[in-house]
Amino acid sequence: MITARDAIFAQIKAALATAPPAPPAAAPSSLTSPGSLDTTEWRDGEATSTASSTVDDAVVTLFAERCGDYGAAVVRVPSRDAATEAARLLADHGVESVVAPEGIGAALLAALANAGIRAVGDTPPLSAAELDQLDGVVTACRVAIAETGTLVLDHAADQGRRALSLVPDTHLCLVRAEQIVAAVPQAVTRLRPSVAAGRPLTWVSGPSATVDIELTRVEGVHGPRTLLVVVAE
Amino acid sequence: MADPGQGMRVGLFATCVNDLMFPETARAATQLLRRLGCEVVFPPGQTCCGQMMTNTGYFKAALGAVKAYANAFEGCDVVVAPSGSCVASVRHQHAMLARGGGSAKLVDRVETAAAKTYDITEFLVDRLGVTDVGAFFPHRVTYHPSCHSARLARLGERPYQLLRAVRGLELLDLPDAEQCCGFGGTFSVKNPDVSVALAADKAANVVATGAEYVVAPDNACLMNIGGVLTRGRAAVKPIHLVEILAQTEEDHR
Amino acid sequence: MSAIAPPFPEAARKQLANPQLRANLRRATSTIKAKRALRQAEMADWEELRAAAAAIKDRMISQMDVYLEQAEAALTRAGAQVHWARDADEANSVVTALVQATGATEVVKVKSMLTQEIGLNDALRRAGIAPFETDLAELIVQLGHDTPSHILVPAIHRNRAEVREIFLAEMGLVGRPAPPDLSSDPNDLAAAARAHLREKFLRAKVGISGGNFLIAETGTLVVVESEGNGRMCLTLPETLISVVGIEKVLPTFQDLEVFMQLLPRSSTGERMNPYTSMWSGVTPGDGPSNVHVVLVAGGRLKALAEPAARPMLRCIRCSACMNTCPVYQKVGGHAYGSVYPGPIGIVLTPQFRGLDTPLDRSLPFACTLCAACADVCPVKIPLPDLIVRQRHKVAVAKTADLRPHLEVLAMAGAGWLFRRGWRLALAGWALSVVGRLRGARGAIGPLPWPMSRWTRARDLPAPPRQSFRAWWRRGSR
Repeated sequence: MITARDAIFAQIKAALATAPPAPPAAAPSSLTSPGSLDTTEWRDGEATSTASSTVDDAVVTLFAERCGDYGAAVVRVPSRDAATEAARLLADHGVESVVAPEGIGAALLAALANAGIRAVGDTPPLSAAELDQLDGVVTACRVAIAETGTLVLDHAADQGRRALSLVPDTHLCLVRAEQIVAAVPQAVTRLRPSVAAGRPLTWVSGPSATVDIELTRVEGVHGPRTLLVVVAE
Repeated sequence: MADPGQGMRVGLFATCVNDLMFPETARAATQLLRRLGCEVVFPPGQTCCGQMMTNTGYFKAALGAVKAYANAFEGCDVVVAPSGSCVASVRHQHAMLARGGGSAKLVDRVETAAAKTYDITEFLVDRLGVTDVGAFFPHRVTYHPSCHSARLARLGERPYQLLRAVRGLELLDLPDAEQCCGFGGTFSVKNPDVSVALAADKAANVVATGAEYVVAPDNACLMNIGGVLTRGRAAVKPIHLVEILAQTEEDHR
Repeated sequence: MSAIAPPFPEAARKQLANPQLRANLRRATSTIKAKRALRQAEMADWEELRAAAAAIKDRMISQMDVYLEQAEAALTRAGAQVHWARDADEANSVVTALVQATGATEVVKVKSMLTQEIGLNDALRRAGIAPFETDLAELIVQLGHDTPSHILVPAIHRNRAEVREIFLAEMGLVGRPAPPDLSSDPNDLAAAARAHLREKFLRAKVGISGGNFLIAETGTLVVVESEGNGRMCLTLPETLISVVGIEKVLPTFQDLEVFMQLLPRSSTGERMNPYTSMWSGVTPGDGPSNVHVVLVAGGRLKALAEPAARPMLRCIRCSACMNTCPVYQKVGGHAYGSVYPGPIGIVLTPQFRGLDTPLDRSLPFACTLCAACADVCPVKIPLPDLIVRQRHKVAVAKTADLRPHLEVLAMAGAGWLFRRGWRLALAGWALSVVGRLRGARGAIGPLPWPMSRWTRARDLPAPPRQSFRAWWRRGSR
């Protein structure tokens, strides 16, 4: 018996063979102007680069503005104040308990404790129901995109598995200024190593939102209804 | 004024709609081109661009018109039509039809014919280099850009440039100008309810401008919009763009 | 459904008679259309992006077998199980068997056009499995025993009061009921949906999704969404089944730089949609441990076999063409009797389903050929050309039909008339006789059928007293 797979491939090949297309246009030259690739390349035959990142203030400003456009609270602080500011922001939003991924760092944990916020680890992994009982989550991110106000998580140790930044109702994300790229193409380039390593990605642009009822924008249907962003410079 | 068209021999493609139903538009095109110094010829073998058949799916039936077009204008250096829609059909559909139903030679010939075909606004602005054609039309008008003229023939700013240079004319902005009037060729009779609903919106927008005339580069759209306007006893009159451009102060004396 | 569905003009008339629907649609389409235009205008390289997207998709289409094999290998390497389905029935059986193997009797679903196209929910129900749609609009549609009217905002035909009624009456029958004091404020309605669905997300064993893109080199699936229901379905259950059309494959991960710029801006008119999930097979310790991808061929092979039809396979289901379509704006999605309405729908549906029903034969004519869709399509599908091609197929079928069609005769007559200039002269003379008999020019009012199709609500101009060519022959002055 011929399998579905074989039948489909046979039909595709027949379709492409009987009526060959015009030779495909040359692959579009990538629209990327790779500003700063921050790690080694993983695909054969392509340039490798480990450029050091420089922070462009205009890019950071644009990110803060665009991310804020979605209704996220965005604050910019010097790196040394980031943990304190994050804890203050959470407390201001009435958050009393958070899940903290293993790699989030001692400074933040200390700041949370100082602010009276209970931080729960994810080892052993919390159940979805347990996560649902917590007020919030604190994570880092891999890349942020200025033009679209987007945070991208690759769920490394400082971000935790996907469920952590999904189930609790408030998400606080720490962004290092050098993680912010100008636009989508640079972000995609920077994310390639994460994908090559098999990591999932979550792109977050503002809090969960819907316009499904009479096109009235409602923030927060299933994902976190509050998004807090601390940019450490 | 100078004669920018001096020495140019122009084949006029009247189009079937204008030939049979709106001869005043083709007459205006003739007068305007002559006034600008062009020699105008009207090859009698011409018929139609064929798009009514093409766009209804009857490619074979359209082929006769395609051949007639290529034959009729063989001797002309330039073909000018007062319809962006028909020009777009000549440019975008004739070669496809010829490939489907004719010979390689026919494809060559229709491509040659298409390459020298212009909407009259393109011919005036791009070939003759004029936007002020010496016209006089002391009225308030609003302009409907017509889908095929705007998006297929890509007339762009040209009609507006020409209208703004008309003495006495006040050009009023048409709300939702780029929205289709609902004509759509045989769509108007295959889906009359949707067609009329769209035409009613367009007519309402036209009336809201307070214009005396609604101007378009295509009479088919004007027939649709005008049909709703007169049925609703609106005072706004439809008029083709070239009929405005053809009028001078002498005509109004 | 299509067998009994009325042809488009009839269905459209019914929709036009619904003032609530017309008002909702006008508001929805004009709002999204304006936002899209704004987000396009922000991008200096928009045209380059469109050209790049079309080129990438064409490259994929011209070597679809190569990229599918690559995707299959990458998915398998990443721990996913790949299944193939020739058609809707096969896809439904595969998915049903996979759900049954887990022992689950309910599944949570992310909005997916393909699962609607193949009728997966009905197939699951027949097998005793309850599918729960989790997108807010899809939830409204499902609880209201209804069909979507727009691919982006599927419940746009419902107003807030109707949504409240549906939630109050139906939520309790399938899970956590809506609070009895529920108001019709969209915030409250969304909160009720959140509570109702959260219970389902937390206990769900199986999630079912579609996929916006499948990256061949890495086996990465991409789901673009707004509410977070997608993330819930993709992350919390143990088993994830993604049903993906074979044309969704993209050669490289880097290609996403183009599509992640075009899709959100074209679709919802946002710079970026709230959430996008990307995953490659199984990630140990994070998300589903049992990951399946069902690749569905369906009608796509029919499009692939016709070179001129291939550009329709570029479609990324953004719905920009619908929001800009004057016909769609007037009648909404229901009149099309298909999962895919609007300009792309009247191209895809006859290609996938064929032209056997009066409805499907009428669809390609549900268009004024205004070409507004072609200008907004982010992957540059030549929609008007493809629509005319579908019309050609209908015309060929009508011409070959043994029953006489008035249209075929009329078009043959027009074809004869327009073959020679002298024939047009004759027609001009005949019209001028009418024109002279009427005397003054002016409007002609209502006429009998078939002219009534024009004149019922519009006047027709009276013919002139002299055709242009007669004037020319008499010396053109």
